[in-house]
Amino acid sequence: MTLNDTLLLSLRAVTSYRVRSLLIILAMALGVAAVVMLTALGDGARRYVINQFSSIGTNLIAVMPGRAETSGAFLGATMGRTPRDLTLKDAQLIGRLPQVKRYAPLNVGVAELSAEKRLRDVTVLGSTADLIPIRHMNLAQGSFLAHDSEHSAQIVLGAKLALEFFPAGNAIGQRIRLDENRFLVTGVLASQGESMGYNTDEIVIIPIDYAQSLFNTTSLFRILIEARSHSDIESAKTAIHDTLKQSHDGEEDVTIITQDAVLDTFDRILHALTLAVAGIAAISLAVAGILIMNVMLVAISQRTPEIGLLKAIGANAADIRHLFFAEALWLSLAGTVIGFLLGQFGSLLLRLAYPQLPAWAPAWAILAGITVALITGILASLLPSSRAARLDPVKALGKK
Amino acid sequence: MIHFADITRIFQMGDQSVYALNKISLDIAAGEYVSIMGPSGSGKSTLLNIIGLLDQPDSGCYELDGKNVTDLTEDEQAQTRRDKIGFVFQSFHLVPRLTAAENIEMPLILGEIPPEERKSRVAEALQAFDLQSRAQHRPAELSGGQRQRVAIARATILRPKAILADEPTGNLDHSIGAEVMMLLETLCKTGTTLIVVTHDRELSARAKRHIGMRDGKIVADTS
Repeated sequence: MTLNDTLLLSLRAVTSYRVRSLLIILAMALGVAAVVMLTALGDGARRYVINQFSSIGTNLIAVMPGRAETSGAFLGATMGRTPRDLTLKDAQLIGRLPQVKRYAPLNVGVAELSAEKRLRDVTVLGSTADLIPIRHMNLAQGSFLAHDSEHSAQIVLGAKLALEFFPAGNAIGQRIRLDENRFLVTGVLASQGESMGYNTDEIVIIPIDYAQSLFNTTSLFRILIEARSHSDIESAKTAIHDTLKQSHDGEEDVTIITQDAVLDTFDRILHALTLAVAGIAAISLAVAGILIMNVMLVAISQRTPEIGLLKAIGANAADIRHLFFAEALWLSLAGTVIGFLLGQFGSLLLRLAYPQLPAWAPAWAILAGITVALITGILASLLPSSRAARLDPVKALGKK
Repeated sequence: MIHFADITRIFQMGDQSVYALNKISLDIAAGEYVSIMGPSGSGKSTLLNIIGLLDQPDSGCYELDGKNVTDLTEDEQAQTRRDKIGFVFQSFHLVPRLTAAENIEMPLILGEIPPEERKSRVAEALQAFDLQSRAQHRPAELSGGQRQRVAIARATILRPKAILADEPTGNLDHSIGAEVMMLLETLCKTGTTLIVVTHDRELSARAKRHIGMRDGKIVADTS
């Protein structure tokens, strides 16, 4: 029998037993769709986190006061000392390091913002002009605290606050009060929404000196540093560490976090998670494979007289084996194709439902899903088709 | 055409050996019309299966068309069945999901005959067996007589040397059975060997040569 005839005749059998074929194709399709969708979800989550991290800046290093120790007591505590503050002087020292492109000291607090008859509590960031490029923020209007203007009482409003206090959109140049101090609005942030935990639409930014006097502190919340390049991050980290150790009389009382390290950890965890869900979904493919084997075995016992007849009119063992093998192949192929489309459609729905989540199934997962599905289908049809080929024609014909 | 020398076929029934065929020697010439009669279990179907290469003897020698076919491989047997033998069964054995035309076409497909030639030969066969109007019907939509005509068309499409019919009228009305037999006899007249297994005396009487079987042996052979 020619390959063409084998394929046509087996396709004929697939389409003749409609319910059976549909069910088995569905089982296979759901398995493949599960692999595609679950990996899309897992990889989407991974990319979501990476996007979030890159949205707050690139080549970032953060320095915060205090030493994060996971074991043993903090040395200073046992000796009755608290960690040294992180000061503006520290920030300036870091700024002189060759690996550092720019830096922004940061203070955070809450204050009462008021203008005319409106009044509300807001999160106040105290910083310098470099905060904007480091944190990848954008201004909608006006300018951010101009360089070397740390001593003038300027304020930048979050997009939502600007709209609340100045609905007419004329925020620039207006006077506004933060607690008892008067500030001149010089800029409005572009709306960015939620980013790493706080909403930049509802913050105000003022020069670091004003923030320190407003909150009555000389200690910095943290220092954000942007390294010159990705390859400078490690050496910058070491240099910062050495500089601060020297400035703090040899105490190692700061914690330095690189964005890369955090990102790497998340990347690894979420990648492993994606692999795990892909593995779980692949089990359903194996189940679908066993179903195909089962269905083919049933088909062979139902069609035993037909197999006997084919042998009587001259089909050899290979013809019979190829016919049933091709039939199982059609089933798993149809299941795989439909499953792939179903999975892509499901991922599309996910992306529509959660626009922030880039739920695209990674290519390796699609490839692996399809390969595993086809291989299971092929393996599952080997046994039934060789059993059909081995049937004794006299007994097969005699079976009612 | 068919030469049997001491053909023996033994079936194991539990711990007992049953001789379905016991040292049968038989010669059937090309174009003969032979009926094989005998009670159930006399070995007549086994004889037919061995002639048709569906079953293999345990001992003895079988020559078909001047060629020893006792030791053929399975694939060679399949090829010989396809080219030299046509089977007609009591229960027709049509493939239910295929149309009449497609059922008739099956041996041509197995013989890897090109599609254009297949079409014309199937059309010829449909006409010869008066089935043109039923070509696109499935077996379930055909009468018994039509089904058996499709089966005969299928059995003869590759112009075999011998037609082996096992109770070909067993599932048919008397008059329709007679029509089917006339079809087979017409084929016989054109030179095809016709061997009919039956336990219907009237049917058997139509043949030119009558072989009687009992307990795996030939007990009568009259012309």
